[in-house]
Amino acid sequence: MTSPEQPQPLVDLQAVNKHFGPLHVLRDINLQVKRGEVVVVIGPSGSGKSTLCRAINRLETIDTGTITIDGKTLPSEGKELAHLRADVGMVFQSFNLFAHKTILENVTLGPIKVKGASKADAEEQARALLERVGVGQQADKLPAQLSGGQQQRVAIARALAMKPKVMLFDEPTSALDPEMINEVLDVMIELAREGMTMVVVTHEMGFARKAADRVVFMADGQIVEDAKPEDFFTNPQSARAKDFLSKILTH
Amino acid sequence: MDTLINNLDLFVTGFKNTGILFVVSAVFALILGTIVAAMRVSPVPAMRAAGTLYVNTVRNTPLTLILAFFALGYPRLGLPEINFMVAAIIGLSLYTATYVAETIRSGINTVPVGQAEAARAIGLPFGKTLSLIIMPQAFRSVVPPLFSVLIALLKNTTVAAGFSVAEAGAIRANLSERGEPQMVGLLWVALIFIVLVLGVLSTLQRYLEKKWRVAR
Repeated sequence: MTSPEQPQPLVDLQAVNKHFGPLHVLRDINLQVKRGEVVVVIGPSGSGKSTLCRAINRLETIDTGTITIDGKTLPSEGKELAHLRADVGMVFQSFNLFAHKTILENVTLGPIKVKGASKADAEEQARALLERVGVGQQADKLPAQLSGGQQQRVAIARALAMKPKVMLFDEPTSALDPEMINEVLDVMIELAREGMTMVVVTHEMGFARKAADRVVFMADGQIVEDAKPEDFFTNPQSARAKDFLSKILTH
Repeated sequence: MDTLINNLDLFVTGFKNTGILFVVSAVFALILGTIVAAMRVSPVPAMRAAGTLYVNTVRNTPLTLILAFFALGYPRLGLPEINFMVAAIIGLSLYTATYVAETIRSGINTVPVGQAEAARAIGLPFGKTLSLIIMPQAFRSVVPPLFSVLIALLKNTTVAAGFSVAEAGAIRANLSERGEPQMVGLLWVALIFIVLVLGVLSTLQRYLEKKWRVAR
C-alpha cells in the first residue's frame, strides 16, 4: 500500500486512527506523499476522505498515530502548530474567504500577520497571485460580490500567498455551479504542472485523470486502493472500488 | 420651562456627571466585556470557567447591591481610597461588562466556523484569529443588542444617585430642597434622557449598522 521507500516523504501519515464517538472514521491510515506529487483522494461520502485531508493540518485531531510534514511531527497545539499550518495551504469546499475583508486583504493577511511581510510587499505579491488565478480585477471587492468560482480561486491565491510546501484541497469544486468548476480545476491543474505538492479530495474524475500522480480510494475509513490513475480507473482491484466506479462513471 | 432655566446649574452638573459615568463605564464595560467573551470561547478550560463564573455571579446580582458594595463596603476593606464617582464607575463597568460579554459571545456564535478554520489554516494563532477575523464580524452582527445594553447602562447610571453621586437621578432631590415642583423636574429629566437615547445613541447605532453591514 505504501509507495516505494523514498528518503523522507513530504507528508507522512503513520497508523492514523480517529473516532467520532462510536464511529471509526480513520482506520490505520498509512499514506506518504512525495515532494511534487499530486495525490487525489476519492471515495463515497462518509468514507473519511475529508477528515483525512483536514487531519493533515490538524483542523481535525487524531486519536493515535503520527502525522509528519517535511520531517516535523505535527505539534498538538500552540505556536508551533500555527507555524506548521503556515506551511500547509488549505482550500475549503465553502471557500471561507474572510467576509469582512476585501479580496486583496484576504490574500495579504497571512503574509503580513503571520510572516511579518511589509504591506507593500504583501500587496505586490497578492496582486500577482490574483492575476495568476484570473481575478486581478476584483482586488478591491468584498468576497460576497464575487461568484463562487472566483471566490474559490481567491481562496487558492490566499493559500499560495503563504508559499506553502503542500496544498490541501477539501472538495474544492463541490459547492460550485457546474459552469464554474472548470475555471477552478484549470488553476489546480496549472499548479500541479508547476510541481506543487497537492492532496486533493474531489469527485472530479477528469481532474484525477489529468493531473494526479496517484489515486487513493477510501471506503469506511480505510485506504482501499492506492494506484496510478490509469490503473485505478481501468483496472480497479477491489470490489468496493469497482462498485464505486460503476456508479459514478455511468453518468 | 422655568423649572429648567432657573435651575440650569443643577441640570448641567447632573447630566455632566451622568455623561462621565456613562462614557467611562461604557468604555471599560466594552473592553472588559470583549475580554470576558474571548475567555468564554477560549480553548483553555480554566479561562472558560473563570469567564462563566464572573458572568453568572455579577449578572445575577442586583445593580443596587453592586454599587452599595463599592460605595459602602469597599472603603472598609482597607484598600486604596476611592471617591463615590470612581466607585460608581467600577460598579457600573463590572455590571455592564457581563451583558456586553454575553452579547458579543452570541455574535461570535453567528460567525461561521469556516472563518476560524480558514484563519487557523493560514497559520494565525488563536489570539489573532479572534481579534482579526472573529471579533470584527461578531461586533458587526450584534450592533443592535449591544446598543440596547448601552442604553440600559445610560439609564442605570441614575442608580448611582443613591450612592452620593450627583448625577441626573439626583436632580429631583435637589429641586425639592429648592422648593421647585418635583414633577416638572422629573419630566425634564426624562425628556433629556429620551433626547440622549434617541438623538445620540440611536443615531450612532444607525450609523454603525449602515457602515458595518456585512455582505455574506
